[in-house]
Amino acid sequence: MASKFTRSNGTGWLMAGPAVALIAAFVIFPFFFAIALSFTNQRLISPNPTEFTGFANYSQLLGVSALTLDPVRDDTGAVVLKDGAVEYPALRAFTRKNPDYPHLDGMREWFAFDTPFGGDARTFVLARDVVFMKAIVNTFLFVLVVAPVQAGLALCLALLINQRLRGINVFRAIYFMPVVVSIVVVSLLWRLIYDGSSGLLNSLLGALSFGLIPPIDWLGDPSTALGAIIAMSIWQAVGFHMVIWLSGLQTISPTLYEAAAIEGASKWQVFRFITWPGLRNTAVLILIVITMQAFGLFAQIDVMTSGGPLDSTQTIVFQAIDRGYGKQDISGASAISVILFVIVLSISLIQRWLTREKT
Amino acid sequence: MKFSKLVASAAILAWASAANATETLSMWYHGAGNEVESKIINQIIADFNAAQTDWKVELQSFPQAAYNDSVVAGALAGNLPDILDVDGPNMPNWAWAGYMQPLKIDEAKIANFLPGTKGIWNGQLYSIGLWDAAIALTTRQSTLDELGLRKPTADAPWTKDEFMAALDAAKASGKFEYALDLGTAWTGEWYPYAFSPLMQSFGGDIVDRSTYKTAEGALNGEAAQAFGAWWQGLFTGGYAQATQDGADRDSGFASGKYAFSWNGNWAALGALEAHPDTVFLPAPDLGNGPKIGAASWQFGVSATSKHPEGAAAFIEFALQDKYLADFSNGIGLIPATPTAAAMVDNYKEGGPLADFVTYSSKFGMVRPVTPGYVVQAKVFEKALADIAQGADVAATLDAAVDEINADIEKNQGYGH
Repeated sequence: MASKFTRSNGTGWLMAGPAVALIAAFVIFPFFFAIALSFTNQRLISPNPTEFTGFANYSQLLGVSALTLDPVRDDTGAVVLKDGAVEYPALRAFTRKNPDYPHLDGMREWFAFDTPFGGDARTFVLARDVVFMKAIVNTFLFVLVVAPVQAGLALCLALLINQRLRGINVFRAIYFMPVVVSIVVVSLLWRLIYDGSSGLLNSLLGALSFGLIPPIDWLGDPSTALGAIIAMSIWQAVGFHMVIWLSGLQTISPTLYEAAAIEGASKWQVFRFITWPGLRNTAVLILIVITMQAFGLFAQIDVMTSGGPLDSTQTIVFQAIDRGYGKQDISGASAISVILFVIVLSISLIQRWLTREKT
Repeated sequence: MKFSKLVASAAILAWASAANATETLSMWYHGAGNEVESKIINQIIADFNAAQTDWKVELQSFPQAAYNDSVVAGALAGNLPDILDVDGPNMPNWAWAGYMQPLKIDEAKIANFLPGTKGIWNGQLYSIGLWDAAIALTTRQSTLDELGLRKPTADAPWTKDEFMAALDAAKASGKFEYALDLGTAWTGEWYPYAFSPLMQSFGGDIVDRSTYKTAEGALNGEAAQAFGAWWQGLFTGGYAQATQDGADRDSGFASGKYAFSWNGNWAALGALEAHPDTVFLPAPDLGNGPKIGAASWQFGVSATSKHPEGAAAFIEFALQDKYLADFSNGIGLIPATPTAAAMVDNYKEGGPLADFVTYSSKFGMVRPVTPGYVVQAKVFEKALADIAQGADVAATLDAAVDEINADIEKNQGYGH
């Protein structure tokens, strides 16, 4: 197939050359290298030779199993209660060198629920790598909240500053400012804001409620830590997406708005039938960009919580770096990266399909 | 023809010996940003360069937080210096990975060094430290008097019951926000350094040191489970904070927030300044004798060094008592020898920090001497943080054991 690329096009290739070489060296090559490493036992530093291990890294990361247990009963057959809750046999007895349950060896409880129609029985879902499972759940939770909220908030801000008012540029600058500041610096500042005893947020809440709201250790409490990071992340990047929305808004022809004004359309009708259809392509772009960025959540975690407390803020990328560099396990980290790649790719394809031009 | 050849070879010889006259040795150090520390190390290098003509040491300093990464990156790129300094527990990993070579210095010169300062792996000396660090239970004499507590000594430390009674008394007095400041704000190496000795005092350990091939039974055995329950009790019982503000760690004891502070000799002078009646009590005996962590930063020779004898000569030169005393005076570290300690006002017999020397030599215990320690330390830290936050003790320790064992297996036993 003789295309423009293969025909004598020396100058073109010469101009593209540096960029192509750099992208090949730092994006394409590492990408395939990571896929290859994920099937080995490669270490960061080790005198031992690298060996091919097949899918061992993947089964170690993704292994999940379920176990249904009946409660402990005393001699009369009554259920034993411990601290007011039904007691179940210790999982330890099943997951540690129990010859009857070899497939459960080394697994840990991920979560448990009462078996449907099972009386008092309870089903325990076990995972080979509970931390990674929690990282996947947290990352999805983060994406599911951040993508719509950040996009929506950015659109509201864009509509607000898309007016001809005196000094509107000041507001534009203020909303955009957090984007310019390094995420590491922003994270450090917010760690102070979220501080459990003397943080700005606690002081503010205390003052507003006249001391009724006790200080909350936002980042030290498993139930609030991820929410705190979500809120801060939305605030930090909302300005960037605001600017993209704004550029979309300004491509909509003013004549359409004039026509609408003549027709006597209400503000809502103008938004619904002129602004929103005009922003279609922008919306697709913003959703895909936010989703991809949100899946890469790392810096905030590294600076603010290191995945704690109790794994409530573990994320996929944080785990990849923690294992690859901290625990010197390059092959495991490569496997995590490949899993993340597959997740992001499939979600992007689904988004593309959902937002396709319907004919 | 013959003559010109002779001249040529003579010229080459002369050139070679002139080049031999002073070989440059490169050296990496972790203390960038600390002015006093830099001044001392530069002084040693200047003295060494002036004292002989064979070698010339050139220093490159790194910030401590980036130092280990720089060494790993330098090793991967085949670009290590001749002399490097290494944190004691990391040394076996670097030796095993082939970054370091055995250190050939005169054994007699280090005979009287504190045990924690000698980095020995596979029966060979790889690194040697000019100082050590130690931890004490820091409190005030007035606090002990008010609470009616016996002052423990190195020969008669508090038992576990006495220690818990002391915490109870401090808590009941209502004068302190928390009875005990463990320093949970200091994430990272602080956890295994400061808290694994408490576990060893119970009889547990991070890994089974008889083989170094498994953590089963050591990190999840009965003693370790008892430690885990006790550790969790410190937080659920309201004696200490599972998450601590960094500022509280730095100034909480001085401002009277805590009755007792589990802290190192580097913080001792500040504590004395805040409260002149500060006393440094020995670690409690939790069943298996008092234990504290040993081994700090040490010097060694990289495996790729072309002049190991020069590097060793420099390290041997640095081991003089006067330099040990300089470091101690400058940044408050415990001198590695008793003779150097006698030259330092703080650490000499009867000095305000002399207790630390006793604790270091009596209770000091090095962290597991294995290349796997780098990973084991991280697993241990996470397990302790999780237990402090309320995770199930047995399940958490089991998971930590599994992770450590899987890592040992992946590394084919780390050469043990």
